[in-house]
Amino acid sequence: MATLIGGIAVSHVPAIGRAIADHRQDEPYWKPFFDGFGPAHDWLDRMKPDVVVVLYNDHGLNFFLDKMPTFAIGAAPSYANADEGWGLPVHAPFAGAPDLSWHLIEHLVGEEFDLTTCQEMLVDHAFGVPMELLWPGRAPPPAVPVCINTVQHPLPSARRCFRLGQALGRAIEAWPVDQRVAVIATGGLSHQLDGARAGFINKSFDQLCLDKLVSDPEALTGYSTRELVELSGSQGVEVLMWIAMSGAMTGRRRRVHTHYHIPISNTAAGLLVIENETARATVPA
Amino acid sequence: MTADIPGTTVFDGACAQRGYALNRMCFSFNDAANRDAFRADEAGYMDRYGLTPDQRAAVTSRNVLQLIAAGGNIYYLAKLAGLLGLNVQDVGAQQTGLTVEAFKARLLAAATED
Repeated sequence: MATLIGGIAVSHVPAIGRAIADHRQDEPYWKPFFDGFGPAHDWLDRMKPDVVVVLYNDHGLNFFLDKMPTFAIGAAPSYANADEGWGLPVHAPFAGAPDLSWHLIEHLVGEEFDLTTCQEMLVDHAFGVPMELLWPGRAPPPAVPVCINTVQHPLPSARRCFRLGQALGRAIEAWPVDQRVAVIATGGLSHQLDGARAGFINKSFDQLCLDKLVSDPEALTGYSTRELVELSGSQGVEVLMWIAMSGAMTGRRRRVHTHYHIPISNTAAGLLVIENETARATVPA
Repeated sequence: MTADIPGTTVFDGACAQRGYALNRMCFSFNDAANRDAFRADEAGYMDRYGLTPDQRAAVTSRNVLQLIAAGGNIYYLAKLAGLLGLNVQDVGAQQTGLTVEAFKARLLAAATED
């Protein structure tokens, strides 16, 4: 059976992709951010995930407002990135894991999460930038992308995203293949790009989230979407993916690493690594 | 949505309907050939996508708050901004009435707030 080793949540700011492409990791602006990733790399080296499920939001590459699924899941052998319109370098295609995709689809729809299934799916910077951050200079494991609508309200509630994560965790543990699986969430933390409140960052709320995501994630499910927009910004609402990731943990959540840095572009950048304690006995030799 | 959040537009069904033509045009800018076509003939390109008078005026004036008022969604507007050579700090500065340097300084200052 599969082992759910844990989860990582990480920001996906497009400017990070540009900084990586331009080899600017050691510049004063970027170094404090990139220096936060060592413990995440160490954990991945130690825990060796064979496959990852990536919870992210599309920003108008694969999905447009003509058809906007609340939850969509990839079921493709590979996922291409493409021109997003504003000059980011295009990532090489990412390997998929379609057998796991269909297992998750069966299980999640079985638990009444009515996903949109995608045998063709472009993945944008919100998928690609975290992969580059977590596996710099090398191919990440095969992945199953799960896209959550954070573009067009009504968004799925924090509680619904948490429950999706719980169902995802059960589905992963029911995967009858001896694989080590990690759940990656992307986006956040607080930021707002649009409106007269552009530039909004809320350090205290981010710190609360970083605490509660490990100690008591259900406490975050009481926030309405409107409250999340108010507290974390129009785009900071991407913390929904982090809540879903935490929900996926089937055992006790053990905090491995937290990193928080203001600002990257207009965003409070965060990184959180959680080990799913049921997996601890199975660290590979 | 019930109570308003100051300085914030929640992009809901009303916005999605109002902004559809504008956002659809911006979505087309994922394709480099479409970006070139817009640069070559802005008015003609807006005709093709059926922009409303408010949307056309907002595009022509490069005014981000007006683009949002006309139903623009920031994720799609970002593609127009990129085409126009504006990054998210430029866009933030314009919306807040700050210089780009002052906007960036405000972001940096958020690190030291309690």
